[in-house]
Amino acid sequence: MTDLLAVDSPVGAADAVAGVRITPVDAVGLEQRAALLCARSIKASSKGAALDLAIRVMDLTTLEGADTPGRVHALCARARRPDAADWSVPSVAAVCVYPELVSVAAEALADSPVAVASVAGGFPAGLAPLEARLAEVSWAVAAGADEVDIVLNRSAFLSGRYQRAYDEIAAAKQACGSAHLKVILETGELGSYDQIRRASMLAMVAGADFIKTSTGKISTSATPATALCMAEAIRDMAEQTGRAVGLKLAGGIRTAKQAWHYLVIVGETLGSGWLTPERFRLGASSLLNDVLMQRAKLRDGRYQRREDFSVD
Amino acid sequence: MTDRSSPDREVAPVGEFTLDYAPAPESTAPVRLASQHGLYVGGEMVEPAAGRLVPTINPATGEALAEVSVADAADVDRAVAAARAAWEGGWRDLPGAERAKYLYRVARLLQERAREFAVLETMDGGKPIRESRDLDIPLAAAHFFHYAGWADKLDYAFSGRRAAPLGVAAQVIPWNFPLLMAAWKLAPALACGNTVVLKPAPTTPLTALLLAEVLRDAELPPGVVNIITGDDATGAALVSHPGVDKVAFTGSTEVGRAIGADVAGTGKRLTLELGGKAANIVFEDAALDQVTEGIVNGIYFNGGQVCCAGSRLLVQETVVDTVVGKLQRRMDTLRVGDPLDKNTDIGAINSQAQLARIAELVASGVAEGAELYTPQCVLPERGFFHPPALFTKVSTAHRIAQEEIFGPVLSVLTFRTAEEAVAKANNTPYGLSAGIWTEKGSRILWMADRMQAGVVWANTFNRFDPASPFGGYRESGHGREGGRAGLLPYVELVV
Repeated sequence: MTDLLAVDSPVGAADAVAGVRITPVDAVGLEQRAALLCARSIKASSKGAALDLAIRVMDLTTLEGADTPGRVHALCARARRPDAADWSVPSVAAVCVYPELVSVAAEALADSPVAVASVAGGFPAGLAPLEARLAEVSWAVAAGADEVDIVLNRSAFLSGRYQRAYDEIAAAKQACGSAHLKVILETGELGSYDQIRRASMLAMVAGADFIKTSTGKISTSATPATALCMAEAIRDMAEQTGRAVGLKLAGGIRTAKQAWHYLVIVGETLGSGWLTPERFRLGASSLLNDVLMQRAKLRDGRYQRREDFSVD
Repeated sequence: MTDRSSPDREVAPVGEFTLDYAPAPESTAPVRLASQHGLYVGGEMVEPAAGRLVPTINPATGEALAEVSVADAADVDRAVAAARAAWEGGWRDLPGAERAKYLYRVARLLQERAREFAVLETMDGGKPIRESRDLDIPLAAAHFFHYAGWADKLDYAFSGRRAAPLGVAAQVIPWNFPLLMAAWKLAPALACGNTVVLKPAPTTPLTALLLAEVLRDAELPPGVVNIITGDDATGAALVSHPGVDKVAFTGSTEVGRAIGADVAGTGKRLTLELGGKAANIVFEDAALDQVTEGIVNGIYFNGGQVCCAGSRLLVQETVVDTVVGKLQRRMDTLRVGDPLDKNTDIGAINSQAQLARIAELVASGVAEGAELYTPQCVLPERGFFHPPALFTKVSTAHRIAQEEIFGPVLSVLTFRTAEEAVAKANNTPYGLSAGIWTEKGSRILWMADRMQAGVVWANTFNRFDPASPFGGYRESGHGREGGRAGLLPYVELVV
């Protein structure tokens, strides 16, 4: 295990995680760039493909205490075929549920390309005993989860115990086995873009296959500047180590327009290679209907009624 | 992603997705352009004495937009006389609060017609609509607002002394920010109680002529501002006119030097805002992703046709490969093309002559042994376009490191210590602007103290504000524009 605080870069330079250099972030410049990217105009012919992509990278999510097998079944049906009236609509990337409902989802999604994702590891605070959190991760994988979304230990991270935060993620990665690990940074609690960048690097070096913005359980979730900040960290990781880590944006993404902004940010920062479900996800519960509505508008030239789309 | 990747017949086949932006051209509908334009003298449009007209070209297409007048010595006489008459006829004695009303009116009218001005600016000058819409026009209005605020407070601006107007100001402005430079010049001059003869650049006269409409609509008294279009001879006749009390020029160092010689000994007051070869200095601890954006904004903003452009990039040697790598990657995503397209980052070069000068200097860089990088980009078939260019392996002795290119061409040099960065940054006859990129506050202050430049930006570049003085050292000129300091060139301080 490498010392996390070892500075393996020039004297006076920014710090590093296990030899991977962490670059500071200038908030003003970052937000300016994000705003500029959100002002790009879309080509009509490209719009349809963009909407399809937004569906293909979507993690259709339900994380309520009141989730039932019935609700998860309904969600899985939508995930497989988002629009019953239009078979050209692709399936979403995954359905994201609590561990208890993983087996329901896995059964409902058998023989479909839709993956089962589970939050685990003491979601959303991540402050259950480590053994319990790791057991939860293993349990979810055993129940059929292809992907596991855990949270960064912000208590450790914000108190400067980086090694602890790192070790926990590494342990969770072990517990995942062949399942993919997504690490939620909960960016709204980190306090600065510098910290978001540092947490991103730490999670990636510790073994995350994806880094993810938010739990969706606090008021500040994904923003364009946060997405850009994390995308830049991923780019840095790829440049320095050759490893391609995915980006998942979640929380507060409700409109097709927002989804498009994020596609632009990821596409311009990381390149088209990242615009696939293997490297990019949008976690959302209410985005799908807006995307379907825009898609139908593009197809028919008019907007349909809200009632024409199913409620899940 | 998942092992369950068995083909599913329900699912439509998916292809590789690439971002494809729409051509998003701004409509030219708001612009109603007359085919011929006269001179704005004494509050009305008049025919030039000799009746000479020349076309003004849209650099994005090479096509003529309209014909404008070329003022000769007789027209200059007439304009200066109109300005003198307006000054003596009441403008100099008008209370500041009354002058302010006119300036506020002009500012508001500019805002109301912002779209029209932005589109016309882009058509006549080639700059991206994103810049003329978001920067040039709003900032021009902001300058009028700012100096309107000063007009009735001049007695308090310079403690213990009264600020008296000078008289008639001759103002000659460049083509890179046509309306904005007109605003920078006119607003303080009028606020201080002077009258003006303004001469826009030969390649970009149209927004100044549209401004004449705004001045008339604001009911500015006739002759307070006169706008005469023309060529270099017109400018020369104007600045050397004996009826002028004050000369203000923004443009090339070469012309500025000639004006300086011409004005010397005449008693005319002079301010010059000339060329630059700004150093953009990047320390290893800087926020390198935002640095990359800052460098791009520093040199490719307005196609590098900016006197304060960050055309010399000084990077600490420890991070030069990282920075150049990031920069090249970012350059690949720059969109060069139709300036009226809202997605365009780099528009047209202002004129054929300027394009030729840029090409000549780029060729000299290659010939002198520097390494050129330009992204693969398809340039429009017509019009004057130059791709963004980056030179590495540049020595301080190369022409591209010394001469002002005034185009989208960046030279990368390295340094090892802060002292060396200071020495290299100041190793230029110019001294207009500088950029410092570091996360260390004390270093920013230490560097800023040592920069021989009128403007020093920290962790940003090319930011302008009417309250912030702008101007140069040495061959970049003298005098300041903007803020309280921008009043000084237009007043005589009396006890």
